[in-house]
Amino acid sequence: MRDTTKYIVTFVLIMTVVVALILAGMNTALKPIHDLNEAVYNKKSVLLSISDEFDTPVNDMSAQEVQDIFDTQIDNVVIDAEGNVVEGVNADEVLLETEYKKPKAEQRYPLYIYNKDDGSKIYIISVRGQGLWDAIWGSLALEEDLNTVAGASFDHAGETPGLGAEIKDNPTFPESFEGKKIYNDQGNLTSIEVVKGIIQQPEHQVEAISGATITMNGVTAMLERGLENYQPYFEKIQEQ
Amino acid sequence: MAETILKEKESGKEKRKLFEFGKKERRLLTDPLDDDNPITVQVLGVCSALAVTTLIYPSFVMTVAVIFVLAFSNLFTSMLRTRIPKSVRMIVQLVIVATLVTIVELILKAASFTVYKQLSVFIGLIITNCIIMGRLEAFGMANKPWPSFLDGIGNGLGYGAILLIVGLFRELFGKGTLFAGSPFGTLQLIGPTPDYMINTTATSGIGSWFSWYQPNGLMVLSVAAMFLIAGIIWIQRTRNAKLIDVS
Repeated sequence: MRDTTKYIVTFVLIMTVVVALILAGMNTALKPIHDLNEAVYNKKSVLLSISDEFDTPVNDMSAQEVQDIFDTQIDNVVIDAEGNVVEGVNADEVLLETEYKKPKAEQRYPLYIYNKDDGSKIYIISVRGQGLWDAIWGSLALEEDLNTVAGASFDHAGETPGLGAEIKDNPTFPESFEGKKIYNDQGNLTSIEVVKGIIQQPEHQVEAISGATITMNGVTAMLERGLENYQPYFEKIQEQ
Repeated sequence: MAETILKEKESGKEKRKLFEFGKKERRLLTDPLDDDNPITVQVLGVCSALAVTTLIYPSFVMTVAVIFVLAFSNLFTSMLRTRIPKSVRMIVQLVIVATLVTIVELILKAASFTVYKQLSVFIGLIITNCIIMGRLEAFGMANKPWPSFLDGIGNGLGYGAILLIVGLFRELFGKGTLFAGSPFGTLQLIGPTPDYMINTTATSGIGSWFSWYQPNGLMVLSVAAMFLIAGIIWIQRTRNAKLIDVS
């Protein structure tokens, strides 16, 4: 009886429906919590790049604290590839993952401007690229001179723990970006390079994590591309 | 009169049988820890033991997730074992395992988003863990639900024990820390402090005793886990002679 086609088909159908209902139900029930967690997580990764500004470590902040900082101290701006501000769009809704797939002229980029207590500003740009196994992304914070790096934070979808994943897990790696310059003495955009071995230009280079060459090259490429995207906007505000 | 007493006795016996925990059941839990260890004796699930053991905390979360999935998939497979059509039994087992893994993933994503982010790839890979399919085929399909459930927990523990031993050695000698990335904080035990890029060492505490230690880069690679597991197998077989002819 167990081996008739009718029985097999009925069994598989019932099993599929039951499993689908269980999973769909759980997913729907937990969706609001997932969305909230994800939004807070993304906001925290922006704040991590300027973690020196806060007394409490960013990872220990509650969802409410993160939201308060975003409401009171951070302006979010969306810019296009020509460096113009796009009105009526929230930076939280601009995902680089989808933007990078569009033609260059239609791309838009999120920019967070943190207003310090002393009135100066920190510009936080979002970057995204490819690591060894999957996507890597991060935030780079620039001082008001739009040249000095105030901080950085990185994250990844699936880099190797202990190697590529150290871009996130080892706090010294993002910290080593602090104080670096993105323009050289001639005023050209040089970005910041991650190099193995001896650093020859301490202003524009940081030390690589050994054993993670492809992830490191991904970080270099990601920063270069990201900074190029925001360059037109930065030139515009510096002319003003 | 005598008949009713006999009946009561029988029904009582039935009840006890359902969740009995005697010597046989205890062996289901303890055997996989040593004599019948899924990794070192059955040689299953080696793939994930090489991949997730760079740090001890991911190894621990992986262990908990595998115990959960293994115990319940064994239970459900055993409950359905008389109804599953023979020709599609592997697919049915896979659906059960995949459903449980997805449930683990959804719960983890809601409960602790950072841990979920750290482990998301590994959690999904539980589906392909050979131990699970191996136990479902070898035990769940042929035994009653309660022993199957215990067998799942036992094998999960045996798998986890090896994972934690390997993770302990790899993290300690590869990174000089323990429990890096866990919510309980990182223990810096040997080697330079995390500020190694500016080449400082801890000046007090346990960290200062072994600050001369240079983290071994080999330990971070999967190869190190291979050596460690081989070492565990060697020690285990030297100690336990009856294992030598098993494989």
